Amino acid sequence: MVRKLVEIGLCIVCFILQITMFKALEIASVSPNLLVVLVAALGFMNGKREGIFIGFLSGLFVDLYFSPVLGLYSLLYMLLGYFNGCFRKEFFPDDIKLPMIMIAISDFLLNIFVYILLFLFRGDLQFGYYAANIMVPELVYTLVVSILLYLIILKINQRIESYEKRRASKFG
Amino acid sequence: MKIRKRSGKKNKLHFSTKNIFFTLIGVCFIAMFVSLTFNISGGPLKDTADYVFGPMQRGLNRIGQVLTNRKDELKNLSKVIAENESLQKKVDELTTENSTLKLKQYELENLQKLYELDQKYPSYKKTGARVIAKDAGNWFDTFVIDKGKKDGIEVDMNVIAGSGLVGRVTAVGRHSATVTSIINDTSNFSGMMISTSDYCIIRGSLKSMTQDQVIPFDTLKDAKDKVTEGEQVVTSNISDKYLEGILVGYVTTIGTDSNNLTKSGTITPVVDFEHLEEVLVIMEKKEYN
Repeated sequence: MVRKLVEIGLCIVCFILQITMFKALEIASVSPNLLVVLVAALGFMNGKREGIFIGFLSGLFVDLYFSPVLGLYSLLYMLLGYFNGCFRKEFFPDDIKLPMIMIAISDFLLNIFVYILLFLFRGDLQFGYYAANIMVPELVYTLVVSILLYLIILKINQRIESYEKRRASKFG
Repeated sequence: MKIRKRSGKKNKLHFSTKNIFFTLIGVCFIAMFVSLTFNISGGPLKDTADYVFGPMQRGLNRIGQVLTNRKDELKNLSKVIAENESLQKKVDELTTENSTLKLKQYELENLQKLYELDQKYPSYKKTGARVIAKDAGNWFDTFVIDKGKKDGIEVDMNVIAGSGLVGRVTAVGRHSATVTSIINDTSNFSGMMISTSDYCIIRGSLKSMTQDQVIPFDTLKDAKDKVTEGEQVVTSNISDKYLEGILVGYVTTIGTDSNNLTKSGTITPVVDFEHLEEVLVIMEKKEYN
C-alpha cells in the first residue's frame, strides 16, 4: 500500500516537472522524458507487475492531457514497463550501466512507436530527420537528467524495501 | 479468470501479473476505440486529474518561466555587450531622425483612427488565459491553459495571442483546456491571401517549424501572379473551425507547383510559439449549418 502511494506520488511529480519546468529548460526545442526514466527504473527494480502499474498510470496522465486518442500512451508506457520488468534478474543496485542502457532503449523505443503510429501512418517518411533532430537529442538529454533522477528513485525504492521488510518481520 | 493464492498466511485473492497485463491492454484498446468513435477525451477522469494537477502546474510553471528567463539572460549576455557598442552609434543617428518622424506621427494617428486599424477583431468576445503546461513529448505542439468548462471554454474555440492565430481548443477539463496549435504536425486548415482572397491550405509541420520557423501552405490558385512574399495570410471564410479573418502570418517563400496550376510555399507565423505565456480564447465558435 505504501509502495503504491509512493509510486503514484513519484509519477505525479515527474509528470508535472516534465510538462512545466523541463519544458522551460528545453534545449534545441527538445526536452527530457522523465516518465520514461521512472517507468524503466521502477520496472526493472521491482519487476513486471510494478512496471505495468506505473507505466499504465504515467501513460494515463499523458493521455488525459495531450493525446489525440485516449489509451494510446497508456498502452505504450505499459508495454515499456513490462519490457523493463523482464530484466529484473539482471538488476544490481550498484551497477549504473544497465539502468542507463535500459532507459536509453526505452526512450528510443517509445519515440520509434510514436513515430510509427502517429507520423508514418500519415505518410510521413522523413524518419532520418526525426531521428537526428528529435529522437537522439531527446535520448541524450533524458540520459543526462536520468543520472540524477535514477539515483533518487533508487534511494526511494531502497527505503520502501527496508520499510516493507521491517513490517514483514514485525507481523510475520 | 485464473486466480492463485498468495503464499503466506493471508488468504488474500491475487490476480497474476499476466492477467493484469492482458486486461490492461484490453482496457487501452477499448479506450482508444471509444475515444476515436465517440470523439471524447477523458471526461470525468480529466476533471479529477485537473484537481490534482492544476494548482501544482500553475506554481511550478512560474518557476519554469523564471528559469527560462535566466537561461536566456546568460545566453544573450556576450551578444549584448558587442551589440551595445554598435547600438550606441545608432542611437545618435536615430535621435535626429526621430524628431522628423514625430512630425509625421500626428498625421498617421489621424489616419489610423479613420481606418480603425487599432481594433483588429472588435466583434469577438475574448477571455485571457495563462499557458500552464506543454506537451509531454517532443513530437507535438499542444499546451494546457488554466481555464476550462467552468469559465465557459468549449472544444473548437479559437485561440489567439497578440494579433495572430495560435490554434484551437481540442479538449476541455473542468479547470483546464488543451490547445492544439496551428504549427502542430497534424493541423490542417484553410487560409486566405488578404489582397486576392485566394484560398490555400495551411499545414502545421514539425520539420519546417524546427528548421526555419515557418509552416508550409499549398494548393493556392493564383493565376495572375499577384501573391508575393510578405503577403498577409488570414483564416478563410470556408474554414469549418476557425473564424474568418484572423491573421496567421506572412508569406515567406512562394513557388509554382510542378502542375503549373497551383502554388505552394511557406508562411512565417506572427505568433512566437516558443515563448507563449498568455493567450486569448475567443468565446465564439464558428457555427455553420
